[in-house]
Amino acid sequence: MTRYAMVIDLRRCVGCQTCTAACKNANATPPGVQWRRVLDLETGEFPDVRRSFLPVSCMHCDAPPCEEVCPTTATKKRADGLVTIDYDICIGCANCVMACPFDARSIVHEARFAYGDTPIPSEAVRFDPARVSVANKCSFCKDRIDRAAETGQVPGRDPEVTPACVNACISGAMSFGDLDDAESNVARLLRDTEHFRLHEDLGTQPRVHYVWDGKGR
Amino acid sequence: MKSPIDPTTRSGPRRQGYWDWRAAGNFIGGGSGGGLLFLGALAAAFGADFRPLALLGLCLIGGGLLCVWLEIGKPWRALNVFRHFATSWMTREASVAPLVMVAGAVCLFAPHPLATAAAGLLGLAFVYSQGRILAADKGIPAWRHPLCMPLLVVTGLAEGMGLLALAAASPFVAFEAGAWPVPVLAATLATLAILRAAVWRRYRAGLEAAGAPAGTRRELAAIERRFLALGFWIPLASAPAALLLPAGTLWAAAGGACATAAGWLLKYTLVRRAAFTQGFSLPHLPVRGQPRTAH
Repeated sequence: MTRYAMVIDLRRCVGCQTCTAACKNANATPPGVQWRRVLDLETGEFPDVRRSFLPVSCMHCDAPPCEEVCPTTATKKRADGLVTIDYDICIGCANCVMACPFDARSIVHEARFAYGDTPIPSEAVRFDPARVSVANKCSFCKDRIDRAAETGQVPGRDPEVTPACVNACISGAMSFGDLDDAESNVARLLRDTEHFRLHEDLGTQPRVHYVWDGKGR
Repeated sequence: MKSPIDPTTRSGPRRQGYWDWRAAGNFIGGGSGGGLLFLGALAAAFGADFRPLALLGLCLIGGGLLCVWLEIGKPWRALNVFRHFATSWMTREASVAPLVMVAGAVCLFAPHPLATAAAGLLGLAFVYSQGRILAADKGIPAWRHPLCMPLLVVTGLAEGMGLLALAAASPFVAFEAGAWPVPVLAATLATLAILRAAVWRRYRAGLEAAGAPAGTRRELAAIERRFLALGFWIPLASAPAALLLPAGTLWAAAGGACATAAGWLLKYTLVRRAAFTQGFSLPHLPVRGQPRTAH
């Protein structure tokens, strides 16, 4: 059994947005749409103020509210943990957008490109008309992960089958892998660190974990 | 190190921008239409002519569905909406729609008490489904609050009662003498107005207690006076006016119009203006400067 998850070490994130750019490049998301983004949070009150960076995207929840409310079954939870959207079934009702507590989904009703109506070469290669007027979100770079079954590579270890954001992270803050593999990066991180998930109180059981401290400090 | 910050501190709640007046129109039309069908069927049991009420109820529900059809990104795939009955309340709402249309059509062209009862119950089911649609949307704190669904149902009934009071004053709906006299209409309307106002007050207090986004609380506070004036005080005052003053039916109708308008104001505000997203909070601040623990 494979259970993919992402672990993000907030101690290491420097807010450079390289993951955001890598995602944008890999998935050719239109202007104004970011499947992955890094929130710049300022907390506390002067003079005790802290700045933190919080990379967010679809959390690929174990109990995804988007799947529950989807009237078309376009949104599905795969056995390996990925939450997917079938663009050919989705009607673009946006019910899933409202159901997601992580603000991870979007719908764009016309083809938009970085420099007007004509796509630049990288956008032209990746543009998918099936994604217009339907729900979109981070897929954990599903196509790359699925390629692992053909190549025998390991997602999270081999860059070719690892999400683009994880590959691009300059500080090694982002890890991806199989929770059921005790030797995977994500399993080791979750064993050895203090971590949390966002909005735990809502019971969606996100598959993205955030490390905030080492164990036993 | 524990975070010194308030764990409820959020970053980035923003007003949802995907459901506009068309989505609000579905909740307005569906709620009022479903409420009218239910209360109209009840009135029909006491002698009211259900046909014009059914026609108005079906038009409202149909208009609401037309609104939402105009909103979805892929309208020509709309039939896919029926694919997820197991968990999706949107599918369930859509599944009730053709049933209520058929039952309503039977009432129009071949009236039968069973069809009237079915149309009434299906109207209520439609209102309930709409309430559950919002309740399941966990991304919007104002909708997932446990009292949002009861508020939507009770306002649907109040709007339906308001339309019924309006219809009773019109020349198009025949009420048999003594069937649902004006005092009963006015008293039922006032009761529903009181119930709705009570749920509204508890709902707003609940949002405050739950720390709902400031924008949600601000938008709901902004309509409080109008909502209560139209949806509570005027329907309440119309009850004794309908009993004691001449042209009692007109007083009840005035109360009904205001009760309905208040419900529409509430739903437009709830769906469109007060629908702020959850935002983000950090339960722990990261402890910086640590060595790598994996890789």
